[in-house]
Amino acid sequence: MADLTSNFVGIRSPNPFWLASAPPTDKEYNVRRAFEAGWGGVVWKTLGEDGPPVVNVNGPRYGAIWGADRRLLGLNNIELITDRPLEVNLREIKAVKRDYPDRAVVVSIMVPCEEAAWKAILPLVEETGADGIELNFGCPHGMSERGMGAAVGQVPEYIEMVARWCKQNTRMPVIVKLTPNITDVRKPARAAKAGGADAVSLINTISSITSVNLDTMSPEPSIDGKGSHGGYCGPAVKPIALNMVAEIARDPETADLPISGIGGVTTWRDAAEFLALGAGNVQVCTAAMTYGFKIVQEMISGLSQWMDEKGHATVADIVGRAVPNVTDWQYLNLNYVTKARINQDECIKCGRCYIACEDTSHQAITMSPDRLFEVQDDECVACNLCVEVCPVEGCITMEAMTPGTVDPRTGRVVQKDYANWTTHPNNPATVKAAE
Amino acid sequence: MANSQMTRGIAAGRLPAEVIAGNFSDLHPPLDPHEAAVAADRCYFCHDAPCMTACPTSIDIPLFIRQIQTGTPESAAKTILDQNILGGMCARVCPTETLCEEVCVREVAEGKPVLIGQLQRYATDTLMADGVHPFARAAPTGKRVAVVGAGPAGLACAHRLAMKGHDVVVYDARQKPGGLNEYGIASYKTVGGFAQAEVDWLLQIGGITMELGKALGDGLSLDGLRDGFDAVFLGIGLAGVNALRAEGEDREGVRDAVDFIAELRQSDDLTSLPVGRNVVVIGGGMTAVDAAVQSKLLGAQTVTIAYRRGQQQMAASVFEQDLAASRGVRILCNVMPVAVQDGEIELEYTAQEAGALKGTGERFRIVADQVFKAIGQRLDGAPDGLKIEAGKIAVSDDGKTSITGVWAGGDCASGGDDLTVTAVAEGRDAAEDIDRALRS
Ligand SMILES: Cc1cc2nc3c(=O)[nH]c(=O)nc-3n(C[C@H](O)[C@H](O)[C@H](O)COP(=O)(O)OP(=O)(O)OC[C@H]3O[C@@H](n4cnc5c(N)ncnc54)[C@H](O)[C@@H]3O)c2cc1C
Ligand SMILES: Cc1cc2nc3c(=O)[nH]c(=O)nc-3n(C[C@H](O)[C@H](O)[C@H](O)COP(=O)(O)O)c2cc1C
Ligand code: SF4
Repeated sequence: MADLTSNFVGIRSPNPFWLASAPPTDKEYNVRRAFEAGWGGVVWKTLGEDGPPVVNVNGPRYGAIWGADRRLLGLNNIELITDRPLEVNLREIKAVKRDYPDRAVVVSIMVPCEEAAWKAILPLVEETGADGIELNFGCPHGMSERGMGAAVGQVPEYIEMVARWCKQNTRMPVIVKLTPNITDVRKPARAAKAGGADAVSLINTISSITSVNLDTMSPEPSIDGKGSHGGYCGPAVKPIALNMVAEIARDPETADLPISGIGGVTTWRDAAEFLALGAGNVQVCTAAMTYGFKIVQEMISGLSQWMDEKGHATVADIVGRAVPNVTDWQYLNLNYVTKARINQDECIKCGRCYIACEDTSHQAITMSPDRLFEVQDDECVACNLCVEVCPVEGCITMEAMTPGTVDPRTGRVVQKDYANWTTHPNNPATVKAAE
Repeated sequence: MANSQMTRGIAAGRLPAEVIAGNFSDLHPPLDPHEAAVAADRCYFCHDAPCMTACPTSIDIPLFIRQIQTGTPESAAKTILDQNILGGMCARVCPTETLCEEVCVREVAEGKPVLIGQLQRYATDTLMADGVHPFARAAPTGKRVAVVGAGPAGLACAHRLAMKGHDVVVYDARQKPGGLNEYGIASYKTVGGFAQAEVDWLLQIGGITMELGKALGDGLSLDGLRDGFDAVFLGIGLAGVNALRAEGEDREGVRDAVDFIAELRQSDDLTSLPVGRNVVVIGGGMTAVDAAVQSKLLGAQTVTIAYRRGQQQMAASVFEQDLAASRGVRILCNVMPVAVQDGEIELEYTAQEAGALKGTGERFRIVADQVFKAIGQRLDGAPDGLKIEAGKIAVSDDGKTSITGVWAGGDCASGGDDLTVTAVAEGRDAAEDIDRALRS
C-alpha cells in the first residue's frame, strides 16, 4: 500500500490533501468536520489584524458557471478574509490543533504592509501551536483596494520585504500564497524565495466576472443591482494553476522552492497532476464547497490506487516527476509525426469530429453517406481537435508514425532523430547562424 | 420430428439451441467503459444519500460512483465490497427499482435514476477480472465458528468472521455452495457461472473450510456444533415449500417452481430441459415471475401467472411484472386454483370479504400441461429449541437467537425482506456480533 504521509516544509500530515484558506476553514466547527472526514491539513481562513473585523456583503457572494447537467465548473466570490474577531479564531485554532496533533494546521494571515502589524500578530499565531503560516498576498477583491492581498502580491519587492519580516519574527515555516493576477508568476516566487520564505502556494483566485443578469444588467453576484469583480476558482482554473506551478518548478532560480499546489483540485487525478508538476502537496477549496468534505475519501483511495499501480511508494516519489518534461515550444520534437485514428467499434457516429475538422481545421476527415468517418492521412496535421471534441473517451486517438515510413501529407520520410525549431531551416535565427 | 413450441404436453427442445442461448443471455449486458462513464457522470454525490439509506447493506453509493467517475473502478469495488462482500451478485439480482434506484434523486427529478446496480456490477466485475481479493485476515484469534448454510447469509458471515481472524467451517446440505445464488436466482440475472466464480473469489480470504453435502438434522446437530465450536451461525434459508391445497396437487406435471428453477440452473444443456406447451404458475412473487419467464424462454407456447390477490399486492416488483409481460407472460390476478385436471387447471375468482380472501364461486378452466407452485417457501429443518416467530427463527437486530452462542440470518431468520442483499447484511452483522462476543 502506498504511503500517503506528507512532509511539507517540515509540516507533517497523514496525506497531502489540505483544505485551502477559505470558508471551509473559517471556524473550528468546519475544521473538526474536515479532520473527521479525513483531510490531512487545513490552512485556516485568513486572519486580519486585531480590532474590529472586516465586514462582508450581506447579499450573495458567489457566482458560477456550469457544464452540462449543471456540473459546477467555475465559482467566483466576493468574500473577504475572516469576519470573525481575531481572538475567537486564535482560540479555536489552538483547540483544534490540540485535538488533532497529527494534522497540519497552517494559519493564513493578511495584515497591512507594515512590519509592526506583522510583528504584532505573529506571536499570537505562534502561541496557538499552529504548524506554519501562509501569507495571503492573493485576494483579488476587497482587500487589495485596502493595500493588502493582491496589491502586495503584485509587487515582488513587497513580497520579499514581508516574507523577510515574517522569517525574522517567527520560528514557524512561512508559505507565501501567490496571486495569479500578474503576468509572470516567476517574479513573485523569486521574491518570496529571496525574502527567505520556506515555500510558495498558488494559485489564489483569478479576477473575474462570471455572468451578467440580462434583466437587471448587473454582474452576478448582484448586490442590490450592482456587482463587482470577484475571485475565480474551481475546475475551470486548474489549467492556469498547473502552468503557474510548473513555471516555478522549472525556473532554475526557484526549482528547489517547495510549492503547495492550489486551484481546481477536484479529484485524486488533479492532485496527482499538481504533484507531478512539482507541488509538494495540494490545497482544495471549491471541490469541498461543491460536494462536501467526503470527497477526500475518493482523493485518498484514488491516489493510493494509482501509486500502487505505478509502483510509487511515497508521495515524495511523485513530486516533480513531470517537471523535466515541461519545456519551451522551440524544443519540441518536430520529427514526431502522429495521425488521428478513429476506432470504428467505439464510434457512435455523431459527426462532431468531422464538422470540427471540416469547418475549422484541415478537412482531413471524410464522411460517407452511411456515416462512416475516416481520417485522411494525407490531410491530417495531427492537431488533436477531433480527439478533444469526440464525446467518447478513447474513441479517437493519436498514433505516432513509425520512423522510416512516409507521411502522406508531406511526402517526407518520418525521421527517427529528434530535431526542433532551433535547428529548423525555416527559422530565421538558424539561417542567420549559418550565414 | 424435432420438438417445437406446438409439441403437446411437456417436452424438451422446443426452440433451437441458439434461440434458447440468446433468450438466457444477460438481462442487462454489462456496461462498457463509455456507458459506465456516462452513467456515473449523472450521480450528484448527494449528501446522506437516499440510495445509501435504501441499500440494506448501506453501500456508500455516491463514493463508489465518484470513484468510477475518476477512473478507479477498483477502488469503487473496494468501497462496495467493504459493506457487501457479495456486491457482484447483488449488482445483478437486487430489485434496485424498489431499493437504491427507487429513491435516487434523479428518479425523483427526471424519472430516470442513476444506473446504480449496473455501475456496481461494472466496478465489481473490473476488480474480479483482475483476480484481486482486496481483504486480508486479521491476526488469528484461535476461535472457531460453524456456519450452517452456504447461501448469501452464510457466506457473508463466514467472510467477515475469517477477516476478523476466526477460523470458519461452512456446512451445506447441497453439493455446491451459494444457496439460491446457485440454485434459485433467474439464469439471465447471473450468467456465465458467476455464482461459483464469486464464491471462489470470496474464499480467497482464507480461513474458511467448506463442508458440502452435510446437513443439519442429518448427521449434524446443533448441540454437536455448539460443543465443537465457539459460536454457530444458521443461514439455512427456507428449504420447505408451501402446499397448494388444491385438488390434484400431486398429479404428474405439477411441480414446485423452486425445483424447476434449481434444475434449470444446474442444467448445462437447456435444450434438454422439458417444459410444458401451456404452463400455469401459481403465485405472485419473484419465484413465480422467474418460473414463468424462464418457461417462456425455454419455448412454452403460453405461460400464465395466476395470483390470488390484486396486482398491487404482488410481491414481484412492477419491473419484474413488466419483464414478465414483455416476455409474453400473461398475469391473471384475483384467481385461485381449485383443481388440477388432465391438461387443464380450474381457477376460481376471488374477492376480499370482511378482510378475508374468498372464492366468488365463479370458476373457469385454462389449458395447463404443466403447473408450477410458487406460493412461498417456508422454514424447514430448524433445530429444536430455537424460538420461532411468524414461521422464522426469532433473532435480535444483531442476529442473536434464543439460544446463547447461536446466531441466525438471511431468509430463515425473522425480520427483513427475503432478498439476497438482506441476507448478506444479516450475515455480516451477525459476524460482527459474534466477533464482539468472542472477544469479550
Ligand atoms: C426463485 C427465486 C428467485 C429469487 N430471485 C431473487 C432476486 O432476483 N433478487 C433477490 O434479491 N433475491 C431473490 N430471491 C431471494 C434470495 O435468493 C434469498 O433471499 C437469499 O438467497 C437468501 O439467502 P440465505 O443465505 O438466507 O438462504 P439460501 O440462499 O436459501 O441459502 C441457504 C443454504 O442453506 C442450505 N441449507 C438449508 N438447510 C440446511 C440444513 N439443514 N443443513 C445444511 N445446510 C442447509 C441450503 O442448501 C442453502 O445452500 C429469490 C429467491 C428465489 C427462491
Ligand atoms: C469563498 C472563498 C473565499 C476565499 N477566501 C480566501 C482567503 O480568505 N484567503 C486565501 O488565501 N484564499 C482564499 N480563497 C482562495 C482559496 O483558498 C483558493 O486559493 C482558491 O479558491 C483556488 O482553489 P480551488 O480552485 O480549489 O477553489 C477563497 C476562495 C473562496 C472560494
Ligand atoms: S449556503 Fe445557503 S443557507 Fe447556507 S448560508 Fe449560504 S445562502 Fe444561506
